Amino acid sequence: METTYNYKVVRQFAIMTLIWGIVGMLVGVIIAAQLIWPELNAASFLSYGRLRPLHTNAVIFAFGGCALFATSYYVVQRTCQARLFGSGLAAFTFWGWQLVILLAAITLPLGYTSGKEYAELEWPIDILITLVWVSYAVVFFGTIVKRKTPHIYVANWFFGAFILTVAVLHVVNSAAMPVSFWKSYSAYAGVQDAMVQWWYGHNAVGFFLTAGFLGMMYYFIPKQAERPVYSYRLSVVHFWALIFTYMWAGPHHLHYTALPDWAQSVGMLFSLILLAPSWGGMINGIMTLSGAWHKLRTDPILKFLITSLSFYGMSTFEGPMMSIKTVNALSHYTDWTVGHVHSGALGWVAMISIGSLYYLIPRMYGRTEMYSTRLITLHFWVSTIGVVLYIAAMWIAGVMQGLMWRAVNSDGTLTYSFVESVKATYPFYMIRLLGGVVFFAGMLIMAYNVWKTVAGSKAYNEAPIPQLKPAAAH
Amino acid sequence: MADFTSDFWNLYIAGITLVSIVGCGVFLFAQTKRRAKSEPVGTTGHVWDEDLAEYNNPMPRWWMWLFYLTIIFSLGYLALYPGLGSFGGAFGWSSQKQFDEEMAKANQQFGPLYDKYLKMDLTAVAADTQAQQMGQRLFLNHCAQCHGSDGGGTRGFPSLRDTDWLWGGTPELIKTSIADGRMGVMPPMGAAVGSAEDVKDVANFVLSLSGRTHDQLRAQRGKEKFAACAACHGAEGKGNQALGAPDLTDKVWLYGGSEAAIIEAITKGRNGIMPAHKELLGDAKVHLLSAYVLYLSKGEAASK
Repeated sequence: METTYNYKVVRQFAIMTLIWGIVGMLVGVIIAAQLIWPELNAASFLSYGRLRPLHTNAVIFAFGGCALFATSYYVVQRTCQARLFGSGLAAFTFWGWQLVILLAAITLPLGYTSGKEYAELEWPIDILITLVWVSYAVVFFGTIVKRKTPHIYVANWFFGAFILTVAVLHVVNSAAMPVSFWKSYSAYAGVQDAMVQWWYGHNAVGFFLTAGFLGMMYYFIPKQAERPVYSYRLSVVHFWALIFTYMWAGPHHLHYTALPDWAQSVGMLFSLILLAPSWGGMINGIMTLSGAWHKLRTDPILKFLITSLSFYGMSTFEGPMMSIKTVNALSHYTDWTVGHVHSGALGWVAMISIGSLYYLIPRMYGRTEMYSTRLITLHFWVSTIGVVLYIAAMWIAGVMQGLMWRAVNSDGTLTYSFVESVKATYPFYMIRLLGGVVFFAGMLIMAYNVWKTVAGSKAYNEAPIPQLKPAAAH
Repeated sequence: MADFTSDFWNLYIAGITLVSIVGCGVFLFAQTKRRAKSEPVGTTGHVWDEDLAEYNNPMPRWWMWLFYLTIIFSLGYLALYPGLGSFGGAFGWSSQKQFDEEMAKANQQFGPLYDKYLKMDLTAVAADTQAQQMGQRLFLNHCAQCHGSDGGGTRGFPSLRDTDWLWGGTPELIKTSIADGRMGVMPPMGAAVGSAEDVKDVANFVLSLSGRTHDQLRAQRGKEKFAACAACHGAEGKGNQALGAPDLTDKVWLYGGSEAAIIEAITKGRNGIMPAHKELLGDAKVHLLSAYVLYLSKGEAASK
């Protein structure tokens, strides 16, 4: 009989989350600097065009991915009262995923790319991803199946939806015809290819970066706040509405293109309908704190978790707004999009992950608290300032670019040439770089804190599974 | 216009879209529990991981209204705008129509101004101050990417500020270059000339044509081999504007005038492309740009 939870794989993923977070954000800082000083494009493999996909892949799939693996493995075990299904398979997902990341870190700078945003990796790596992901699904759902609790906890709905959908998205969008070991062409052509790509791209945001992290939110906020989740009913409705409507929203990336008007409209409308289901998660998380608001003052982990929900609420309002054709005509192709993505990626995804890691990491070493709570507080303020600097700079830059690009002289010619808008963006690139550096510095503070927590502590693998039947009071 | 291969797919997609949007509302309604105010809020009774529980609070009212509102807005939008398959909506809007209307409005507003210059002779337009300013704005948006903001060109992209022309510098020829584009193709001539040594000899002969430092012995030997080049560049290397073959006796070098650059040109050939702009910009703007380029070149000549 299994008596302990599998903490090993959780610990491995948790530590790698931190490491890949630092690596991915460092690459982000480098490419932000390259936009200001093009001389920094020192060699072909260090050029912006190759480092940019490395940055996005590293932060989304390496940092975000490891965070999701770590937390979902932790949460599913503890809320199912069952040891993780398939220890060997779980270990394979860890080493397989690290291999994917390593291959990405080698091939992307060398220029191997399928040219699909957020799906740049070439087909051999895509196959490895598929194998790892199917194993992930088996481990996760296997654990759900062997659960000792009568009901499946809400966090696991979100993790489960995320795992299933990402599998479908990845396989469909990465379908390609290989011409050599490191080159393939998409199975789709023209506007269909663009539509499949953005169906994938937007659902990567919706399921990888939203549903998965909502799963994290639904465990770590009530745990850290020691309060029940605000509303079961709300979680049911917003879960189903969220996963259903996200599927339709992709075409808003293709406004005013060759995509038929009807598809653009449908994409826009479902993006608008998505507002309420998205906010459902924010409300449920923040309201969980009602009656325990005072904890926000003293607990920096809660600060991280709750602030991340505020950024989540902001960017899920901003997203539907930007999906409106009229707004999109101004915002598309500008740095506003970059700002929007980072308010989600830094404000929501990174901050909820950081908060969850601060809860998780000490427990992986048999402790309940990090080495220094004051350093967590410092990290919180540093991160918040970094995000705000970043997104405010990009908002202003984006709106400015959009307005400059459409400004017309009295003779019908464009008022500004493109390069003039680039020149006008420089000050904002500087502020963005500063914001990025500040956020990155926060990660180094975290690394120090984690090091002091972990060094000298023994890995804890003896967390007992309660053998009593859980309350069945209904 | 038809986005669907058959009416079936039209109905299929329109049906699914409608059912999905309405379905969101029905789902929300079905999940709404009416409850007496007095009923106390408790947890659902389920517990996970020692202390995780859920309150059975109702969904916030304002949030539900927000949800309903987006659904109602969407249905209204679908009645007015395209979205339900091939049904174009009551407003008859389409992105193509919006573009056409904006273009028509712009043409109506700005057309007379451009027409005025279109009717004028290019030389006269080139001397008109307002036309120069308009031309410059067009140039900065459509030409500066290759030829530079000042028209000074760079390696592979000819300078427009001098009086040296690859394809001819008369107003009409400049306009043809802009409107129809040019393909400046120099085929790889390595095999026709001979060995690598022979190529080097020819390169030295080419250097000698414009009085650049060269190896006289090689140049002498290269002169014979230059026959292979004379078909386009002429026996004296003076070039041929009808073919876009550059004059090799002057000091202008499109791809560089070093021995290495010339050897590269002979062995690998060159491929210079000026894209056609007639379809993109229309006759009136091409006319203004031609005048501006003429002005650029004349201005330089005048200042010398």
